[in-house]
Amino acid sequence: MLNYILRRLLIAIPTLLILIVICFFLMYAAPGGPFTSERPLPPQVLANIQAKYGLDQPILVQMWNYLVSILTQFDFGPSFIYKDRDVNDIIAQGFPVTLTYGTISFVIATLVGVSLGVLAALKHNTALDYIAVGATFSAQALPNFVMAPILVIIFTWQLGWLPGGGWNGGQWQYVVMPVIALSTSYMASIARITRSSMLETLHSNFIRTAKAKGLPTRTIIWRHAMKPAMMPVVSYLGPAFVAMITGSVVIDMYFSTGGVGQSFVNSALNRDYAVMLGVTILYGTLTILFNLLTDVVYAWLDPKIRY
Amino acid sequence: MVHDMDRNTRIAERLVEAEQIKGRSLWQDAAARFVRNKAAVGATIVLIGVLLFTILGPYFAQWTNEEIDWGRMGDIAGQGGPSFETGHFFGLDEVGRDLFARTIQATQTSLIVGVIGALVAVIIGTLYGAVSGFVGGWVDNLMMRAVDILIAVPYMFIIILLMVMFERSFFMLFVGIGIVSWLDMSRIVRGQTLSLKNREFIEAAQAAGVGWFTIVTRHILPNLMGVVVVYATLLVPQMILVESFISFLGLGVQEPNTSLGALISKGAGTIIYGTIWQLAWPLVFFLLTIISLFFIGDGLRDALDPKDR
Repeated sequence: MLNYILRRLLIAIPTLLILIVICFFLMYAAPGGPFTSERPLPPQVLANIQAKYGLDQPILVQMWNYLVSILTQFDFGPSFIYKDRDVNDIIAQGFPVTLTYGTISFVIATLVGVSLGVLAALKHNTALDYIAVGATFSAQALPNFVMAPILVIIFTWQLGWLPGGGWNGGQWQYVVMPVIALSTSYMASIARITRSSMLETLHSNFIRTAKAKGLPTRTIIWRHAMKPAMMPVVSYLGPAFVAMITGSVVIDMYFSTGGVGQSFVNSALNRDYAVMLGVTILYGTLTILFNLLTDVVYAWLDPKIRY
Repeated sequence: MVHDMDRNTRIAERLVEAEQIKGRSLWQDAAARFVRNKAAVGATIVLIGVLLFTILGPYFAQWTNEEIDWGRMGDIAGQGGPSFETGHFFGLDEVGRDLFARTIQATQTSLIVGVIGALVAVIIGTLYGAVSGFVGGWVDNLMMRAVDILIAVPYMFIIILLMVMFERSFFMLFVGIGIVSWLDMSRIVRGQTLSLKNREFIEAAQAAGVGWFTIVTRHILPNLMGVVVVYATLLVPQMILVESFISFLGLGVQEPNTSLGALISKGAGTIIYGTIWQLAWPLVFFLLTIISLFFIGDGLRDALDPKDR
């Protein structure tokens, strides 16, 4: 097991390096830059600015410096637009916000989704099952950019219970709507996966044996059916968590939470390459880490997997 | 002899009859199962309805999607609502254009983006996965590690990057969507190929000296069609969702063209002025399309999945 984890970690490192290199070249290949404005700068000024940020050096040298400063000092460089802030500052300011409501959404989506899925599977082909299936379908079709305005109409305009945006240090009134908007469609996905995998498990031979032995339903579900039924769910949860944080670009924009997604879109519009690169690398790292974690949990849960 | 003649005729007759009893192919079986699935059939009808709306709608429209109704644009909340008298069946959009024509245009765009995006994903993903699974060995290892790396790329960010940095065109949109969407497909196809390639008919083809590329295209790919069709159907709504997500951020299709995501985004922005139809109509068509595609994909999976037989 330890061997397996170590091997996966060893693969993760070159993956991450390649990711950084790809992103870096992508930025480099893009036409225009942070200092191209409608009124062109005098060449001397432009040259000075580029020298300040090291943009006058050959691309390979730039990339090498970038990699070294990340690896040795964990420094993603200065922002090209905000003179007094560097990328680390911007991420450190936005990421806790995104992480907070991302994690809350993840926990709620998992708890509600799994319970709903199990319940629908146990009450297979009853009214409850049909309602659950219908609801999950509709919830999956309602993406968070539709959910967000609908929530604002109901809770802010009609009822006046919740503020329509902002973060305010994470007071609960400001967290409710981002969490609902973000978690709904993932909740539906989790419920659907749980339901179908639970149904499959309940029809398998060892459950029939357990029933034949006369075990109470509660024991059958908790001791026998739960673990194998959770396998596909677990493999979904890792990527889902990362997707919930990255997918929150819309939430960040709509509710102006000040999260990383908002700084990403702003930096993309301003061509602030340094911030874009930093955020992309941050999310790439998270994706790789959570894929790794998912695989490890999966290997630990499923005795059939060889590692 | 007479007795024997009789018997022979009878046997011959039976043979004729036997010929008329046709074998049922996998696809006929699947079609029968699909038709029995009420939700899937209903969804198909709804989807055909949406398609007819986009095809026939323009003949009923009183206004084109570019005309501005100058007389009513000053008071859209008051006079711009849906009505038959003015000829604006769905009302006016935020600058005074006919929302009926705009919705048709947007539905067309979204469907095209969804179908082409899914096609790109299916073609690249299927070929890649089939080759990787069939060739095996270090080639397979290399190809799948490449997929592992690409899957770790936060794709929403890459699409946003592409749309911001290069000119916002349909082409770039497809490139962005295409880059990210074939990865899962290739994994699924590779898994299926692995289980197919040790079967007898592949061995027979190899023994007959057929080249590997021909084996992949002639023997492996046709057997993958079931999985591919199901996944492609589920991919179309996903592509539509991705496109509308990008349009919502204002980075997708540009004016005067529009998509359902763009219309929903505009409608959501203007709802505070009491123009609810600007959100409602695009949203209705969006939901009808997405949900019916979900149900069709699910029905196809049930119909084609060998597990449920």
